[in-house]
Amino acid sequence: MKVHEYQAKQLMAKRGISVPAGRVVATVDEAVAAVRPLVEQSGNPVVVVKSQIHAGGRGKGRFKEHPDVAGVNVVLDGIDGGVEATEAKVRELAGTMLGSTLVTVQTGDEGRRVNRLYIEQGVDIRRELYVSVLLDRSVGRNIVMASTEGGMEIEKVAEETPEKILREVIDPAFGLTAFQAARLGLALGLDGDAARNFNGFVTALASAAMDWDTDLIEINPLVVTKSGEVMALDGKMAFDDNALFRHPDVQAMRDESEEDSAELEAKEAGLSYITLDGTIGCLVNGAGLAMATMDTIKHVGGEPANFLDVGGGADADQVARAFRIITGDPNVKGIFVNIFGGIMRCDTIATGIVEAVREVGLEVPLVVRLEGTNVELGKEIIRNSDMDVIAADDMKDGAAKIVELAR
Amino acid sequence: MSVLIDKNTKVLVQGLGKTGRFHTDKAIAYGTRTVGAVHPTRAGTTEVFEGDTDHSGVDGRSDTYRVEIPVFATVRDAVAETGADASVVYVPPPFAADAIMEAAESGVGLIICITEGVPVADMIRAKRYLEGKDARLIGPNCPGVITPKQCKIGIMPGYIHQPGRVGVVSRSGTLTYEAVHQLTQLGLGQTTAVGIGGDPVNGTNFVDVLRMFNDDPATEGVIMIGEIGGTAEEEAAEFVKAEMTKPVAGFIAGTTAPAGKRMGHAGAIVSGGKGTAAAKIEAMHDADIVVAPTPTDMGTAMLEALGR
Repeated sequence: MKVHEYQAKQLMAKRGISVPAGRVVATVDEAVAAVRPLVEQSGNPVVVVKSQIHAGGRGKGRFKEHPDVAGVNVVLDGIDGGVEATEAKVRELAGTMLGSTLVTVQTGDEGRRVNRLYIEQGVDIRRELYVSVLLDRSVGRNIVMASTEGGMEIEKVAEETPEKILREVIDPAFGLTAFQAARLGLALGLDGDAARNFNGFVTALASAAMDWDTDLIEINPLVVTKSGEVMALDGKMAFDDNALFRHPDVQAMRDESEEDSAELEAKEAGLSYITLDGTIGCLVNGAGLAMATMDTIKHVGGEPANFLDVGGGADADQVARAFRIITGDPNVKGIFVNIFGGIMRCDTIATGIVEAVREVGLEVPLVVRLEGTNVELGKEIIRNSDMDVIAADDMKDGAAKIVELAR
Repeated sequence: MSVLIDKNTKVLVQGLGKTGRFHTDKAIAYGTRTVGAVHPTRAGTTEVFEGDTDHSGVDGRSDTYRVEIPVFATVRDAVAETGADASVVYVPPPFAADAIMEAAESGVGLIICITEGVPVADMIRAKRYLEGKDARLIGPNCPGVITPKQCKIGIMPGYIHQPGRVGVVSRSGTLTYEAVHQLTQLGLGQTTAVGIGGDPVNGTNFVDVLRMFNDDPATEGVIMIGEIGGTAEEEAAEFVKAEMTKPVAGFIAGTTAPAGKRMGHAGAIVSGGKGTAAAKIEAMHDADIVVAPTPTDMGTAMLEALGR
């Protein structure tokens, strides 16, 4: 699960991880009202207006409706014009940004509607660094990754100048040790107050990652201010969905407007579903088989419309709901059901499909491939249903048939 | 011969909820030597399992079975009483990692965790706990391990398996069944099929299992089934190239998966340009592994590898 930048910063502040002061707003008036207290608190006439969406690349992103406006804007008007000038500029920006559609490298062409802005104090930046905590699968532990190349795309840094990426593996029994934190600070070229502040920052970040069950905490850039403070200028956090049960405060931060409605519906039904761009709807049991089914469709010249894993223990009702989610996608020109019944019985799948077709009808071709437990029973249920179903011998045969029929 | 488990393996069950009970019954029907169960509040009782024998399982048994399994409060008690050398974990996700650690601490040599949805941080701690202990963890989030007609630990359908020549190792459950089914139909059969699970942190990786199959005289070839995410397949390919003396076939799921989207399994995600199917397939080709273009071709890919 992802959260917005402002939420990530609220969580960090709770753990004593230093972040600039800021306020989240949903209207133009709130945006303007946020300016004066921020400027007075920080003593800095500069504020930053940041779009809050669950996607990166906001600074370089542009609004569909206003191609000359960026997703993040630094307001300098207050340096000469005072706080009134800042308020006027923030009013203009908020009016433009709120309700508009931001397109970044991560949103795709359709972009995301900006419903909230984060108004943040300006910071006197001396240096921009990078730091993150994430899982290193090859060692089965979290690592702290750091770099002097703050503000850059870290994948690019890793590719072009791998020597600039620092890593410290966190032993879960001990957390990030003091010498590891010091070693990172040294390698980043920090000294004095900045080094001390960095040690505290990175140690708190490492322990927060474990305590909060994050998949990722990424601070890019981490800034060193002119007075030697170390602060998270941006903050990205993603949480392990399997651990949300022990973090009700994080769960409460879920923003469903940022999620795909079909994916949400599927999640409620206990299904694993992801919307894709193609035309062939897939209903499969098992994540690996579901991926492989998508691959096979592509292999025979089609494009999958979704990934859908009904899981190992689905009942007829869940199968019916899965079927309805697929038929609800207007791009779907054909449906391929691919089941290898192990614990999941083929007759259960067949019953669910027949139930769903009876209820919502069937306007596109349907190819069904059943194999495994109770396969004969399953085939019989489908035969007796008078549905217009094409049977397939194996996965490749089924994929070829549905791709042909959907043309 | 086989790897990990055989007809002498004595299995303990941790977690007797609806799922655990259902699959324990199936395993007993198959002929798995199930010697005890652990449940915090049902200690001192016995669990009765009875029904018709699955004749695709261990040979030479009567048509029906009825067994009484003693229930213990702790794994330590269970091991002391039964001499169990393997355990299967069906404990719900919030408690699964603790169950794994308890089994390891109690001297269980092989721990197979079926549970799906264990928090990653829990697995990081459990894996650390297992270091230096004489215990091997398979999983979590896996179908389990089966040596056909000897021992079935986990949730795989027993009847599709057949004793034979090929070792199977896989990150995905249903794709394992797909491969096993094809191997059975082609008459190749399996020595042992090992599901290592679809989570980002697991107990046993491809290289561990490949090494076991390489050392197992009965295994003539191995099929490895991977998926996007992580670099375990690349490491496996390196091992195959450097040390494997037996032919290997393989398949990678997720060629068409978009980056940044988690494909069902917690571990199946392409992120930061890492873990792509293309990189894995390239590494496998480089190690002379016969890669099946679609899952329907896994069996024939194995045949081709064996014929080289």
